[in-house]
Amino acid sequence: MALEDLYREVILDHYRNPRNRGRLPDPDATAEGMNPLCGDEIRIDLSFEDGKVAAVAVEGQGCSISQASASMMSEAIKGKTREEITELIARFRGMMSLEGGVDPGLDPDRPGAALGDMEALQGVRQYPVRIKCASLGWTVLQDALNF
Amino acid sequence: MNGFPDLRADFPILETGVHFLDSGASSQKPVPVLEAMDRFARTSYANVHRGAYKLSVAATEAYEAARQRVARFLNADPDEVIFTRGATTSLNMVAFGWGMQHLGPGDRILTTVMEHHANLVPWQMVARRTGATLDHVPITADGRFDLDAYREKLDERVKVVAFTGMSNALGTIPVTPLIASLAHEVDARVVVDGAQLVPHRGVDVKTLGADFLAFSSHKMLGPTGIGVLWGRMDALEEMEPFEGGGEMIADVTLHDATWAPIPHRFEAGTPSIIEAVGLHAAIDYLDSIGMDRIFAHDRHLTAIALERLADVPGVRIHGPRDLEDRGGVISITMDGTHAHDLATILDEHGVAVRAGHHCAKPLMRELGVAATARVSFYVYNTEEDIDALVSGLRKAGELFGVG
Repeated sequence: MALEDLYREVILDHYRNPRNRGRLPDPDATAEGMNPLCGDEIRIDLSFEDGKVAAVAVEGQGCSISQASASMMSEAIKGKTREEITELIARFRGMMSLEGGVDPGLDPDRPGAALGDMEALQGVRQYPVRIKCASLGWTVLQDALNF
Repeated sequence: MNGFPDLRADFPILETGVHFLDSGASSQKPVPVLEAMDRFARTSYANVHRGAYKLSVAATEAYEAARQRVARFLNADPDEVIFTRGATTSLNMVAFGWGMQHLGPGDRILTTVMEHHANLVPWQMVARRTGATLDHVPITADGRFDLDAYREKLDERVKVVAFTGMSNALGTIPVTPLIASLAHEVDARVVVDGAQLVPHRGVDVKTLGADFLAFSSHKMLGPTGIGVLWGRMDALEEMEPFEGGGEMIADVTLHDATWAPIPHRFEAGTPSIIEAVGLHAAIDYLDSIGMDRIFAHDRHLTAIALERLADVPGVRIHGPRDLEDRGGVISITMDGTHAHDLATILDEHGVAVRAGHHCAKPLMRELGVAATARVSFYVYNTEEDIDALVSGLRKAGELFGVG
C-alpha cells in the first residue's frame, strides 16, 4: 500500500530522531528557508575543512518528510566536497522529478555519491504535493553552498 | 441520524465515496446549482445591463433576480447587495474604498488575532497608507473573542472594528450584535467577515449589527468567482469605488467621471453572470432545507466529533471544546505527528481535511502550533464521515507511534 511507501521506517526513524540537530557556533556557511504554503522551516549550518564538510547542523520544524529528508541529507553530505554535494543535490532532484521515466538520481552508472537511505524518499513522488516537503532541505543546502 | 435528510445523492462528486470534510475551504455543488448554471448558459446567456436585445434582457433579469434572492436571504434591501469576486474582494473593497476615505493618523483599526488573512492584510495595507494604527483583540484560552480585552481597547479613536463572524480555523462564533453595538457607541464602523458564518448559520442583517458583511458563494454550495458585499446604505454611501470601468459610471468625459447609483457603482466591468445564477440556485437549495436546520446539523456532527476526537490518543482540539457559540469547524493536532502527515494519511483513508495554517498565521502563532488539521462539516456530511475520520486518525497514531 502507498502509505507504507511514503512513510518508510527509515523516514520515520529520521523524523523521530533527527541527526545533526542544532546550530554550529561559528559556521562557514549558513542558510534558512521556509515553505510559505505549509510553514515548514529548515536552517542549515556548515563548516568546511580542507574543502570538505567537517560539520553540519540542522534546525527546523515541519512534517515528517521535510524533517527526515533534511536529517538524511545532513548525514549524506559529511566529508563531501562542494562538487560532490552539488552532484548529490542534482541526483536528489532527479529522483524527485516527476518527468516520466527519467530517473537520473537512481542511475547507477552516473558518477557521484549514491543516495543510500535517501532512496527511501522515492515514495514521495506518488504524492506530488509532498515533493516540496522533501525538497526543502536541499533547496536550503543549495543556498548555503552559495553563501 | 438527527432527522436531517441524507443529501449525499444531490452531490455527484460524493459518488466517489470521498469523506469530504473541507467545506470550510470550499463546498461541493448540488445538482440544482449545476443544472441552473448549465441551463442559463445554454438558453439565456448574454452580457447584462447593455443590450436592447431579448437575450441581454433575460440575462439582466436573471442577474438582478439573483441580487434580490441574496437580499431576501439576508433580509436586506437589494440595493445594498453588491456582487464581488468573493469575500476577499469584498473585504478589500471596504478596506480601500471606505478606509482610504475615512482613516488617518491617530485613527485606530481594531481587528482580532483569529482573522483570516483576508480580513487582516488589507487593513495592514490601508493602515500603512493612511497612518492609522492597527490593533488586535486577543482570544481567550478556549479560543473565543475576548470581550473584556475588546472593551478595554475600544475608544473614540477606533474608527473601524473588523472581525470574523465565525472563525475559519477554530469555529468560534463571536457575538456579533454585542460587539457591534459596543463599536457603534464609539461611532466605529463594523465589518464582519461572514465567509464561514453566512453559509452555516445564515444571518439577518437587520439584527446582526454589522455595517458591512462579506461572504463568498463557493462556501455555500454555489460556484467560485462570485461573492457578496452587503453594506447598510449609509455605510455604502461613505465608500468610494475601488475599481473604475464599465457599468459603474453615470457619465464619463476625457478627464472626469461620475458614479452610477449604488449598487452598480461598485460593480465595474462584466460581472460573474452565470455564477450569480448559480448562487441564486444555491440559496434556494439552502433555504429549502432551512438555515436553522443546517446550523443544527453542523452542531450535531460537531458534538459527536468533539466527543470522539477526545478519545483518540494524542489528539488535541484547538478552540472551543463545547457547542457554545461555535460552528462546525474543528482544528486538531496530534502529538508527534505533523498536520500535513495527518492529512496525507487521512487522504489515503478517503478523508479530505485541510492541513496548514488556514490563512491565519498569526492565530497559529497564538496557539503555539505551526499548522493544524481542520475538519469542517456541511449539509452532506454524516456520522459515517466522522467514523472514517476517527479511524484514519487512529491509523496515523499507530504509524507514528503515538499514545
